Amino acid sequence: MASNKFQRRPELQQSPEPPRSRGRAALQGHVTRTKFRWASAPARLFQVLILTAAIFLFMGAGDTDARFKDLGHRMMCACGCGQILLECNHVGCTYSDKMRNQLLASIDRGNNDDLVLQGFVQEYGPTVIAAPTATGFNRIAWIMPFVALALGITFVIYVVRSWRNRPEPALADGIIIPQGRELDDLRRQARRETDL
Amino acid sequence: MSQIGSFALLLALGLSAYSFLAGFLSLFGKDAASARLGETARRAGIATFAAVLLAGIVLVVAAFNDDFSIAYIFHHSNRELPAAYKFAVLWSGQEGSLLFWSLLLAGYGFVLRLRYKTDQRLFAYASVIIASVQVFFLLILNFAAHPFAIEQGAPPADGTGLNPLLQYPEMVIHPPMLYLGYVGFTVPFAFALGALIMKYPGEKWIQITRRWTMVTWCFLTVGVFLGAHWAYAVLGWGGYWGWDPVENASLMPWLTGTAFLHSVMMQEKRGMLKVWNMALIFATFLLSMLGTFLTRSGVISSVHAFAQSSIGTWFLVFIGLTLAVCSFFLVANRSHLKSEHKLESLASRESSFLFNNLLLLTVCFTILWGTFFPILSEFAQGHKVTVGPPFFNRVAVPVALLLLLLTAVGPLLAWRKTSIESVKRNFLYPAIGSIAVGGMMILFGVRPWEDPSYFYATMAAILSALVIFTVISEFLRGGRVIAGKSQQNLFAAMLQLCRRNTRRYGGYIVHFGVALVVIGILGTPFNKEVEKEMGFGDKINIGPYTLVCQSYTQDDNPNYANEWAIINVFRSGKLITTMFPERRFYKASGQPQTLPRIYPSFREDFFLVSDVYLVYEGKNETTGRPIIKAHINPLVPWIWIGLIIMVFGTIVALVPNTAPVRVPATSPVRAPAQVGAGD
Repeated sequence: MASNKFQRRPELQQSPEPPRSRGRAALQGHVTRTKFRWASAPARLFQVLILTAAIFLFMGAGDTDARFKDLGHRMMCACGCGQILLECNHVGCTYSDKMRNQLLASIDRGNNDDLVLQGFVQEYGPTVIAAPTATGFNRIAWIMPFVALALGITFVIYVVRSWRNRPEPALADGIIIPQGRELDDLRRQARRETDL
Repeated sequence: MSQIGSFALLLALGLSAYSFLAGFLSLFGKDAASARLGETARRAGIATFAAVLLAGIVLVVAAFNDDFSIAYIFHHSNRELPAAYKFAVLWSGQEGSLLFWSLLLAGYGFVLRLRYKTDQRLFAYASVIIASVQVFFLLILNFAAHPFAIEQGAPPADGTGLNPLLQYPEMVIHPPMLYLGYVGFTVPFAFALGALIMKYPGEKWIQITRRWTMVTWCFLTVGVFLGAHWAYAVLGWGGYWGWDPVENASLMPWLTGTAFLHSVMMQEKRGMLKVWNMALIFATFLLSMLGTFLTRSGVISSVHAFAQSSIGTWFLVFIGLTLAVCSFFLVANRSHLKSEHKLESLASRESSFLFNNLLLLTVCFTILWGTFFPILSEFAQGHKVTVGPPFFNRVAVPVALLLLLLTAVGPLLAWRKTSIESVKRNFLYPAIGSIAVGGMMILFGVRPWEDPSYFYATMAAILSALVIFTVISEFLRGGRVIAGKSQQNLFAAMLQLCRRNTRRYGGYIVHFGVALVVIGILGTPFNKEVEKEMGFGDKINIGPYTLVCQSYTQDDNPNYANEWAIINVFRSGKLITTMFPERRFYKASGQPQTLPRIYPSFREDFFLVSDVYLVYEGKNETTGRPIIKAHINPLVPWIWIGLIIMVFGTIVALVPNTAPVRVPATSPVRAPAQVGAGD
């Protein structure tokens, strides 16, 4: 009775290529094996060509998979769930599958990373990119933490210097704080006797 | 029922307002009349707790009685909701969680006011400050977010139910822990501000608040980690930290609170960093309030979709006022906060604390900056940008690694000055051990030069190992000395060592836990995941595991209907477990929910344990076949073990020291040497 409640992602029905509708899952199973017989030179040449093509195909598949993973982790799901595109799994999401298919299609078209991301920005707005770009005003987002760290280090160095230059607090008459060798001797003695 | 609750809230407001005003006025006089007025303020503060507690009890009773005439109960409960979750209704929505905030604050205030004899004057100041915070929350509860508001029209037959994401056992614990942490920082804040206003001499206020601060910090730590575990075990995306604004909001006060716990030791031991410590505890309190503001205001989009209302303005005004008051007294009374000693060497415990604070605050600033940058971007560019995990991972992780290095090195440095000889002696073996760990990672196939994430993972492994080895070496070194002198076995000697200076060795145990947490996190780049449609008998091969779909089954109860996938997990051809990833459909709210199942492989590979994490994602409508997503998440269980060790370390640090053993001196020295003195 309840099983129809668990149906998910209706846009899958609209997908013309069901195997690709699952995004990365569709990338699996691309590699097929063929048996070759090493008989004559033309055949060998043919085999080498096939093998080369297969290697390129394999490399291409691996590259596509890696790019899919990389780009999919650089974008947010546009449904408003606040999750990375490839990590969005919230029930009833009407965006993630569509966006994954678009990403795969864009990579398959041979678009470079910038072009792929630009396409998504045009369709879904700048919030689809998961981190600010390193251009224009957005550059400040990346710079500020390191500026803060640098300022902090400068401040700490300033504080340390001002402390070191500060005069010793005045002591009551007759009290002498051991310095230099005398202090080292006492420290050695303390270490020997407590051995800690 | 709602009338009793409303009356209790109004009474609580009146009492806390009186506690604030009378307490405030009593601070100006030193005669008997002022003392009597102060006493009435204290008692009004105690009575506030009783009134807020009554309001809280009324709300919980209303939830158990299914009193849907109260709008809050109607929107957050339903008849078939299990009892534990009906109790959790108290903090499941905006109004209830504000009442819970207020109740915890009143509870802390109650304990504080009972212990006022420790230092009557300081406690009176702290009590007034706590009463002012209490007034703020009760004003919101009475006039902006009333938990006892009545539902319009006839009382509904049933409620709309609790958000399915919150129907998980951890949700009964996570919010109270987090709130105990958030609210708890009000106490050290109140003492610090009170001490500053009255120019309290000495560092006694720190000794008074030390246990409050540590307990609060522990609660916040548990709250943050339980939140992460809840995200991992419920949200089903295979991760535990998504850098969501509300997650960030809980992490920021934790970072400043951690910085305060460290730097306050400098004030206790050496009378240094007084202004800094004030600023840190003020920042921690304000960040706690900011966290609440972020959750409630809707100013930043978050997966923590609490109702968004105008109470954000209330919080902004309160945060602004608090900031103004704190800044004023910090400037006006700065002469009271002069440092008593100077820093003698960069190679000292003091300077390690300084840099530790700097790095903690840099991480905190990065998170604050990243959280608010979308608003800044909208203001400057006219459109929002997203600042998500890639930003935080890239910026905060390198700084966090530096922090880990300091965690390892800092405890080896002595107060005032450390000789190079001593650093070498203490550091050599841990350093060799940690480099060996890095070498082993490379031997096992991790290539840190191939990918930044592998580089960070390798560095994190090396530095975590360094922390662990330094902690172990500290215990062994001290234990051997005691064993040699008292003829005990090494373990008993280490236990005795720990008891002599619980704060120091408890702190080391916390550091050990932190290192384990980092080890758990560093497995992330090695995660694997496969998503596949699985019919009966279908297989998924992932890592060393083969997952075989055994069957699917359904069930139904008054609260929800559910479906399980039954998946057998094999390793090397041997069945190791059967897992039941689940999907539920909640009837009252009409919302579906996935519930992943997790198997930590401790039995198969203890140290390199992985989580087998299965999610039943539902059915593909085109093919009608169920979809299973499998993750292998290496090392994640160490995060939760690390948390347990951190909590244990904090508990150890809270235990009072046993009396130090006096070692007879072999020749005259200025003062008797003590074993186990100093942190």
